[in-house]
Amino acid sequence: MNIASLINALPGAAAQGLIWGIMAIGVYITFRVLDIADLTVDGSLCTGGAVCIMMMQAGYNVWIAMLVATLAGMLTGLATGLFHTFMGIPAILSGILTQLGLYSINLKIMGKSNQAINVDKYDLLVSLRYIKGVAFYKNTILIVAVIIVILIAILYWFFGTELGCSLRATGCNGHMARAQGINTSFNRVLGLMISNGLVALSGALRGQDPGFADINMGRGAIVIGLAAVIIGEAIFGKIFHNFALTLLSVAFGSIIYYLVLQVVIWLGIDTDLLKLLSALVVAVFLAIPYWQGKYFSKPVKKGGSH
Amino acid sequence: MLELKNISKTFNPGTVNEKLALNNVSLTIEDGDFVTVIGGNGAGKSTMLNAIAGVWPVDEGQILIDGQDVTKLPEYKRASYLGRVFQDPMNGTAAAMNIEENLALALRRGQKRTLRQGIKASEREAYRELLSGLGLGLEDRMTSKVGLLSGGQRQALTLLMATLRKPKLLLLDEHTAALDPKTAAKVLETTETIVNRDHLTTLMITHNMRDAIAHGNRLIMMMEGEIILDIRGEEKMGLSVQDLLSRFEQVSGKEFANDKAILG
Repeated sequence: MNIASLINALPGAAAQGLIWGIMAIGVYITFRVLDIADLTVDGSLCTGGAVCIMMMQAGYNVWIAMLVATLAGMLTGLATGLFHTFMGIPAILSGILTQLGLYSINLKIMGKSNQAINVDKYDLLVSLRYIKGVAFYKNTILIVAVIIVILIAILYWFFGTELGCSLRATGCNGHMARAQGINTSFNRVLGLMISNGLVALSGALRGQDPGFADINMGRGAIVIGLAAVIIGEAIFGKIFHNFALTLLSVAFGSIIYYLVLQVVIWLGIDTDLLKLLSALVVAVFLAIPYWQGKYFSKPVKKGGSH
Repeated sequence: MLELKNISKTFNPGTVNEKLALNNVSLTIEDGDFVTVIGGNGAGKSTMLNAIAGVWPVDEGQILIDGQDVTKLPEYKRASYLGRVFQDPMNGTAAAMNIEENLALALRRGQKRTLRQGIKASEREAYRELLSGLGLGLEDRMTSKVGLLSGGQRQALTLLMATLRKPKLLLLDEHTAALDPKTAAKVLETTETIVNRDHLTTLMITHNMRDAIAHGNRLIMMMEGEIILDIRGEEKMGLSVQDLLSRFEQVSGKEFANDKAILG
């Protein structure tokens, strides 16, 4: 085990963590703000990557390609949202249906199960090759960090608007929201669209980073997203209360996840087991609040006195 | 103000749990009326309120608020006419949002939610004043999460939210039932103050006969999805719990089946 090889791999892992961080922020919006576990993510991440790579292959500018990828992601959220609200299907099942359907759609977008894009021939925004030995303004870590800060600023503004507040109320208490005249169905669809737009944007960057989009690139993405949300909350939850900082902690959570993963790989674990490890770690972290409530809580006086 | 025309609602039709919750109910409430509603468990009190609020569509009949037919309007659209307070203190507020954010949501009831700021600086002063009127010290905790408040505080806040934008009709669904007696009395007192101040047309369900008699200008008793007693005016003012129980036995031919209501 060569410590130098680990240190060598860390910047790449940090960049990857940041890119997944955008997806994790999308997951936070559905999972924490809307209180929906949205499994569309596994499909919409790939949709973002596929659309971006195919558009760039067709000669479009990288920014246009990323914008269209984001819009495509929003459409996937729209599909899940309509399954859920208009057709009355439980949210978790709606996401699974969209995810399954997207497998076919993603294949059709790419024409085959993977499509590559050569960093030397195309003007990519981010790449594994842009981490060391490039001008600082081309450095992938910096670029993704700037994108995240801009996205957080936009989301912070949005969730402070009348519409954004009504979306938070929708996730927090549907009864109350409807009693206050809030169209909770519309808001759920809107939240799913915003979330999957971010996920697809993350996919667009994720495709550029190694230079290819693959039909399986989104597999387990929701688990990574949840892991980032949970790690971020566990480490920074006590100090970050502001909404913008909470979103930032989710991005940090994603970076930490990838750094730890890198260390685990460096320690020599069988990489086939990585997804199992991720699943178990997330399961345990999701169980902690439940266990705390069940086994470690002090009895509380019931009722509503002052 | 409110007109129910032959409203019927059956839950779980065609199953063993089929229940006719509202049976051809008609009711007219005049502008400024304060109507209290009592009845045993499963009498249809909450069902009637939920029918008015549009929680689900009714099977038959028509609902008019201020002359407008709202029978087909979804719950969130009817909200522009209605202020609502629920039995469960958790239901009326958003726990993860703070006090002023909850009030700001309520201020925009019935209005389009735009991309303007969710809460204007100028609103805060008004909220502070309204909150201090509750006498619970909430005016100094405006940025506290509502989830940190007690049940009584949350109910008082919900009441404020329900009336922040003057509703055509205020619906109170046993809103003091989950509170301890002292807190319940306080919330009821606040209710009375707000209703009188704003001249609100009010429909209040209560399990407590004394409260039903002490408040409002009209009393309705329900049983098995029907209105079986409707007492108003002079007669309502002179009413006692004993009168009410004997009137009930007279109409229904049985004893009033709600211990809580008799003891209350």
